[in-house]
Amino acid sequence: MTPGSWDTASEHLLRDLAPQVLGAVIRRFRDFAAAEDAVQEALVAAATQWPQDGIPGNPRAWLMQVAFRRMTDHVRSEIARRRRESAVAVPCDEPAPASGEANETDPDDTLILLFMCCHTALTPSSAIALTLRAVGGLTTAEIASAFLVPEATMAQRISRAKQSIKASGVSFGLPAHPERTERVRAVLHVLYLIFNEGYTSSAGPQLHRPELSSEAIRLTRAVHALLPEDAEVAGLLALMLLTDARRGARSGPDGELIPLTKQDRSLWDSRKISEGVALVTAALSKGSIGAYQLQAAIAAVHDEAARVEETDWPQILALYDLLKRMSGSNPMVLLNHAIAVAMVDGPAAGLDLLNALDADGRLRGHHRLDAVRAHLLELAGDHPAALAQYHTAAMRTTSLPERNYLLTQAARLRERAP
Amino acid sequence: MKYILMMHCPRKGYDSFGAWPKKDIEAHMAFMHNYNKAIVESGEFVSAEGLADPHEAKIVRAGKDGLPVTDGVFPESKEFLAGYWIVDVASPARADELAAKASAAPGPGGITLSIPIEVRQVLSGPPDEFADQSGIL
Repeated sequence: MTPGSWDTASEHLLRDLAPQVLGAVIRRFRDFAAAEDAVQEALVAAATQWPQDGIPGNPRAWLMQVAFRRMTDHVRSEIARRRRESAVAVPCDEPAPASGEANETDPDDTLILLFMCCHTALTPSSAIALTLRAVGGLTTAEIASAFLVPEATMAQRISRAKQSIKASGVSFGLPAHPERTERVRAVLHVLYLIFNEGYTSSAGPQLHRPELSSEAIRLTRAVHALLPEDAEVAGLLALMLLTDARRGARSGPDGELIPLTKQDRSLWDSRKISEGVALVTAALSKGSIGAYQLQAAIAAVHDEAARVEETDWPQILALYDLLKRMSGSNPMVLLNHAIAVAMVDGPAAGLDLLNALDADGRLRGHHRLDAVRAHLLELAGDHPAALAQYHTAAMRTTSLPERNYLLTQAARLRERAP
Repeated sequence: MKYILMMHCPRKGYDSFGAWPKKDIEAHMAFMHNYNKAIVESGEFVSAEGLADPHEAKIVRAGKDGLPVTDGVFPESKEFLAGYWIVDVASPARADELAAKASAAPGPGGITLSIPIEVRQVLSGPPDEFADQSGIL
């Protein structure tokens, strides 16, 4: 590697190494928070020096050496601080020189780190931030800009997350089996939230923040490589790829949202679709069906229809039936199920199900219920009622692109009215 | 220097926006999209948010016990903040220029809306170094 040829691949190398180096430093020093800071400093040093000096022969050893040096400085200054603060000398061992064993990296480290960062003791927003920094190797500034918050706010969120991990007393190690499955689910949930944040921006005027979706895919790929037998991990990766494949068709030239049924399917990324379809097909054949696999299968049915008229709605309905059973009675699943019913048995059947959801009450005031009702009323030919529902949905959504879309739908119907 | 450009709209603005012809809504959205894109590309964009419908807008004050006391503001207010941009510009004149551009967004029939945009400087500058040296700030 020659100086000046710093590119995305080099950056990926750096970020792939981040969790491996961090794992080794934590095993050596047993202090997650300080180790995380030290590795972050090493990454920043690499990002400034490598583009100029070229990538070192053994980049992992280089990072490890810098991080170990930072840790040693940290431990020394902690000792000095304690000596200053205490009249009684605190017995404290000087850090021993790094043994050969501690310099080894362990493939499970990335997984252990994910388990820590996605621990249920953390709030979702803290878990997301910490995962992106400690496992994704992003800087605080990059994470802050992805979430459109000031850097100081994000730094505080990360530091609180680290305190929560310390307070929760989780140790750096792989949990035993029944617990491990549960912890993998927590990790997948955080990765799913990161992906969604990138795909359907919850803040700001933009619809997509592709860097977050791509990062979620990169991290999920890493988990899939570590747990190739876990069908739900494969399912989530497939779901992300099959959804992300449509990104280029999902908004128009003026940033307007284009729904699945109106998208130019030639803009879909066929490479991502084939990869996603292959992943979900293999996962489903393993026989331990889960919610991510079913959602991926539904996405695959959509993606495999070359034209919207060719969509295999009966198959989608069958998949939603399964998903409904599996997810208890998650109201969002029930809502999508109602759409599938409408597409197979007609809008009246779907509207009946929406009435049941009204009675249920959990989606009261939620714009998605109004938006779906508007859509089904329009299919049923009741345009005045559909218009009113589009308008209500527009006033209730908290997404700016979605509000614009719903207002346009209402205006379209108004103009069609006699 | 940073400025906040606050876009105001009348109380009924949200409802009437929804009643515009479709092509006018689309033209307005395209204008705003391109406006945002231009200030991102010029390196002046800091942040921007659009605010939800003001039907549930309220004013909160601390009561005697420190607990929130809320008043709906909609009965009295004629105008509401509909959204804002924070821009980092080279001069106050540039902030005015950007405000005027946003104000010219098209309305029904493509006629410019002349949206009232309140322009205020954001207190984001570092303390003056000489003041700092003075020891009393």
